[in-house]
Amino acid sequence: MNPEFFDLELIAMQLFSGVALGAVFVMLALGLSIIFGMLGIVNFAHGHVFMVGAYAGVFVMERTGSFWAALLFGPLMVGALGLVIERFLIRPLAGRSPDDPLLLTFGLGYVLVEGVRILFGSDGLPFATPEELSGVADLGIGFFPIYRLFVVGVVALVLVALWYGLERTRLGLIVRAGARDPEILRVLGIDIQRLWMWVFGLGIALAALGGVLAAPMRSVNPEMGTVVLGEAFAVTVIGGMGSLMGSVVAGLLVGIVVSMTALFAPEMASIAMFAFMALVLLVRPQGLFGKPGLGV
Amino acid sequence: MNRQGPGHGAVSRRTLVRGMAAAGTLAGIGMPFVARAAEPIRIGFPTPVTGPFGAEAKDQIRSAELAVKQFNEAGGLNGRMAELLVRDDKLNPGEAATRTLELIEKDRAHFIVGALSSAVQLSVNEITRSRKVLYISISQSDTINEAKDFSRHTFHEALNPHMTTAAVAKHAFKKGTRVAYLAADYAYGHEMLRGFKRAAAAIGAETAGEILHPFGAPDYSTFMPRLRAMRPDILCICNFGRDQANSIKQANDFGLKKASKIVVPVLLHNQRLAGGADAFAGVVGASNYYWGLEETVPTAKAFNDAFRAAYAGAVPTDYGAYGYTAVRSLLMAVQAAGDTDTDKVIAALEALKYDVAKGPESYRSCDHQAIQSVLVTESKPKSEMKGEVDLFRILEVEPGAEAMLRTCDELGHRA
Repeated sequence: MNPEFFDLELIAMQLFSGVALGAVFVMLALGLSIIFGMLGIVNFAHGHVFMVGAYAGVFVMERTGSFWAALLFGPLMVGALGLVIERFLIRPLAGRSPDDPLLLTFGLGYVLVEGVRILFGSDGLPFATPEELSGVADLGIGFFPIYRLFVVGVVALVLVALWYGLERTRLGLIVRAGARDPEILRVLGIDIQRLWMWVFGLGIALAALGGVLAAPMRSVNPEMGTVVLGEAFAVTVIGGMGSLMGSVVAGLLVGIVVSMTALFAPEMASIAMFAFMALVLLVRPQGLFGKPGLGV
Repeated sequence: MNRQGPGHGAVSRRTLVRGMAAAGTLAGIGMPFVARAAEPIRIGFPTPVTGPFGAEAKDQIRSAELAVKQFNEAGGLNGRMAELLVRDDKLNPGEAATRTLELIEKDRAHFIVGALSSAVQLSVNEITRSRKVLYISISQSDTINEAKDFSRHTFHEALNPHMTTAAVAKHAFKKGTRVAYLAADYAYGHEMLRGFKRAAAAIGAETAGEILHPFGAPDYSTFMPRLRAMRPDILCICNFGRDQANSIKQANDFGLKKASKIVVPVLLHNQRLAGGADAFAGVVGASNYYWGLEETVPTAKAFNDAFRAAYAGAVPTDYGAYGYTAVRSLLMAVQAAGDTDTDKVIAALEALKYDVAKGPESYRSCDHQAIQSVLVTESKPKSEMKGEVDLFRILEVEPGAEAMLRTCDELGHRA
């Protein structure tokens, strides 16, 4: 074993990289978790929506020249598409087998990839790191890209906003109640269908936001969502399907597991996540924060 | 461009349909007669039209079509025309094997040229070898040159990892240079790593450390602290396609490009476009072809001009150019053999000296590897680009020589 492994600064730096990577995983898992938790739909197009988000970012960026506009309008555009998808594709499947929306979103993923290939080509597009966020910051233990620190900040902001919205507002109360007992809400005269549509749109917009955030770190290409889908599911399953708290804790944990594996056995880095998932499921089949018997 | 009003369009569409029907009938009557007169020379061309390398495959097809068109316009083989039968191998070895079998048995292709991924080309090679059909591979591989995968029906027009790493190392490594490696953990990455380390040993460069990363990893951030801690003069990134674009981009984000020079075995036109000028600026690598070669090589100029004329001003790419060099060399051999008979064409290819796009090339007889120049290129920063496709500066043209290949003995070919 190399002596460099025992360098404390390196290990601290590696831990930090893990947390920053974890923030990306949290972002990936959030939308998936919200859609499953509230609507009971396993969204197999999640990774592809992430990819479409990145392309929407490119699209806005090319027209406005502003990264900030891309960060705002990219997810809004894709979120609007999410509303349409819920209204015209998901809703007609209500009351049928839970496999139906799963198959629908699975197929939708393929349609999105082919659609993007037709519109933007199959080769991928460049997406430069915004000027004001490029460069590295000295953390004292090592150097870290400013852009990645920014991503951690955005994810933290999104989490606070989600928490506030769900726990402290009337709308959040309705959404939580709707997830528990839609019948009663309907009896109380609340348009639960409309609520679901907005929640689905929110989940989709979050996936798209993840895509725009990832665009300056990774090149933008039609296949970028495929790997991400597996990662998002691993994190969601570890955290417990449908649990927001679970997504956050599991995302950060997975980031750290991947990062520490990368230090000692780099070629195992991407398998580590799934090995960790298997381990967690052996001990807690419902995931870290999942409720048993949630239909998983 | 056609700028007709809608009314006019409707009329012309009807006329067009009528015209097409008539042409179809004529062709239906005419075709068997033409076929009897001279059976076309059929070149099967499996390539990954759909999937992540689709753009690369389309470049290959365009270049190959151009070679076929030029051959036919020059009168073919005494009036016998060539045709390209493109099939989608979907970047999948199984699919490629099936398509190749169909090309041979159903479409009665005389020759096979193509494939882009190394695993896929080896599966195509399996089929052509067992059916004794001549195959010219246009994807990088070291194993295809080795005796166990070789047959006299196999030709390799592409560069191989051994050649590219040697050329890049010769240019970038010095005695005592500290080199850190980030390599993809699969055959291609291993072959490149082996090539670089072999060259480094000969030059006297030191290995600062190596990290194998999982194939297809989207995020490289967790490898960066350790690579930085190795304090290399050169960071050598041995991977391909998307992995290359992503890892270079992220190494750049982590400031590694300021601390060390980034070197890659193969610098790709399309990946550079996808990764962007900023991330790639100053990265050094090798390639088989770059359109800027036209400033010094007359055949490159001729190829580019023909390509520009045929495809609305576009320039050929590196992997795309393989389609041209392979099909041109094949058709030149057919011309020389005066026949499509496999054995005669093999003999003609072995004897062939050709210069169609990048200076002189020839196939070595023991392993049928094309001896050809290797370009060492550097990616230009945005400020120095004169246009959209002005991507690279050619640092060096390593001329084709047998010395840059592993010896026939080493590959297991008995004399």
